[in-house]
Amino acid sequence: MPNDRTAQSEGPSPFPPAEAGAGSSTRGHGERSVSPATLELRNVSKRYPGQREPAIAELSFSVGAGEVCVLVGPSGSGKTTAMRLINRMIALTSGDILLGGRSVLEREPHELRREIGYVIQQIGLFPHQTVTDNIATVPRLLGWDKSRTTSRVEELLELIGMDPREIGPRYPAQLSGGQRQRVGVARALAADPPLMLMDEPFGAIDPINRHRLQDEFLRLQAQVRKTVVFVTHDIDEAIKMGDKIAILRQGGHLAQYDTPAEILTNPADEFVAEFVGADRALKRLGLTTLQDIELAAPNGIEPDGQPLKLTTTVRDALSRVLAAGGRPQAVVDDNGKVEGLVTLELVGGLLGSDAFEHPDHSEPAP
Amino acid sequence: MIALAASGPVIPTFGGGTSAFACERANRLFCPDWVSHNWGTVLWPALRQHVVLTLIAVSIGFVISTSLALIAYRRRWVERPVLIVTSILYTIPSLALFELLEPIPGLGLSRTTAEVALVSYTLLIMFRNTLTGLREVPADVRDAAAGMGMGPMQSLLRVELPLALPAIIAGVRIATVTVISLATVASLIDNEGLGAPILSAISNEVFKTELIVAGGMAVGLALAADGLLVITQRLLTPWTRAGGT
Repeated sequence: MPNDRTAQSEGPSPFPPAEAGAGSSTRGHGERSVSPATLELRNVSKRYPGQREPAIAELSFSVGAGEVCVLVGPSGSGKTTAMRLINRMIALTSGDILLGGRSVLEREPHELRREIGYVIQQIGLFPHQTVTDNIATVPRLLGWDKSRTTSRVEELLELIGMDPREIGPRYPAQLSGGQRQRVGVARALAADPPLMLMDEPFGAIDPINRHRLQDEFLRLQAQVRKTVVFVTHDIDEAIKMGDKIAILRQGGHLAQYDTPAEILTNPADEFVAEFVGADRALKRLGLTTLQDIELAAPNGIEPDGQPLKLTTTVRDALSRVLAAGGRPQAVVDDNGKVEGLVTLELVGGLLGSDAFEHPDHSEPAP
Repeated sequence: MIALAASGPVIPTFGGGTSAFACERANRLFCPDWVSHNWGTVLWPALRQHVVLTLIAVSIGFVISTSLALIAYRRRWVERPVLIVTSILYTIPSLALFELLEPIPGLGLSRTTAEVALVSYTLLIMFRNTLTGLREVPADVRDAAAGMGMGPMQSLLRVELPLALPAIIAGVRIATVTVISLATVASLIDNEGLGAPILSAISNEVFKTELIVAGGMAVGLALAADGLLVITQRLLTPWTRAGGT
């Protein structure tokens, strides 16, 4: 980049601060959208004074611009600590963290944090401020003028499906848990940060609403394309949300860092295999939808009951086949035309074959 | 006819059951004529002095105790010594405190002496309330403020102090009512405020009307001040009345 970055510049990966074109051209929304930033952790360690074992040990991984990286692991694995090192809510002991190619250690912590969206499990909305004022927090800290802030708040409320006039003047106490959560995400997105940190953002929500919010976030992410670091203890959530998953074990060691499909197919060791669960074959099936696999020939079978749709996951399709006593189930397209069949043999063959490549589930659906 | 005759003459006609000062001489519970005669010269000035005494004491006490609370909020060790000192001040009987302060050079029988004593009674309440209010700001709210890039001062002014307001104002309310009540005793020192007519009412044989009226005014003032502060709180903290869904 034109402005030299002191001694740091001869590092192995001279990322430009924001990888132009990585997502900005495909977005077509908001003229002032900031490109997502790459994130790289280099041998990051955190040791608390008076403790023999480090909380984070030599953690290294990098997240591509616009990717969702999920930090997952049992409690005590340091996943939240690792996340909070990135925006310097916790000071690291050694190593370095590069955001958009630039060390976060060079930055003034308060300025750095205004560039990083921050969502926590308890959300932390300001109870004394209206939804509008809550969302306007970072724009105001950045000194945006009034009209720009107002229009940004309205834009965000609409983005999360809320009426600015109805919800904007409310206080957090007047919102449901799910609404509060959405407002928390909108607040974090307010200044269009190139990176979002999310610490168990859906952890306090009931299962039904959690799935809704997860889907909603993935839709939102497809629109805004942020680089996201997402912390959870729930491997299913990690598989669903992540482009990449970093599995941490006790003491902040990185057990495996890979795509969900790769982790499910080739767990690096016993710990990972156990952590992802004995049903990892089923979880793999959950990453693939029927439109991505070759279905069995229809053989003239008419769909009985509720036919499967192409957007159904293979896992759910298998469940339906099993529920039907193993009988093949028909799959129909949007117009109700039978596309093919799902059979037990078909699914078994998929899992058995080495060639079962998992398409990255986060790719935009056709 | 009788009433006209009684109120009209320039020279009071002493003697006779209906004369002007009969009520006072009989020392009845309430003599309206005495009140109306003495309102402008005794009661109203005393009330105004009382308000001024209270305003000064609560204001100075507020500044001192809030400053101390803010320091103790950042440095925990400050809390204990402040609590010890202000608790001692709070527990000294007011009469004794006035007697203790009076011989100090520069104080004597002055308004300053009265104010020093009154301020010292406000400190414990307002210090403790403000500190508790600040400490009860939810940790996640503080974390979110810092995580979004607020500095300590921004977080304090924009988030922590506003959220502590209900507790702070509750402290001001108690302190104000306490000062209004104690300021009557302070008249022993500075001979002003509503305590002055109360003291004069009980100095010889108790003059009931003056005692009741001045005492009643002190109670009324306390109620009015408290009501005003409640309204202030409602205006300043609209979110506290935003109910759940």
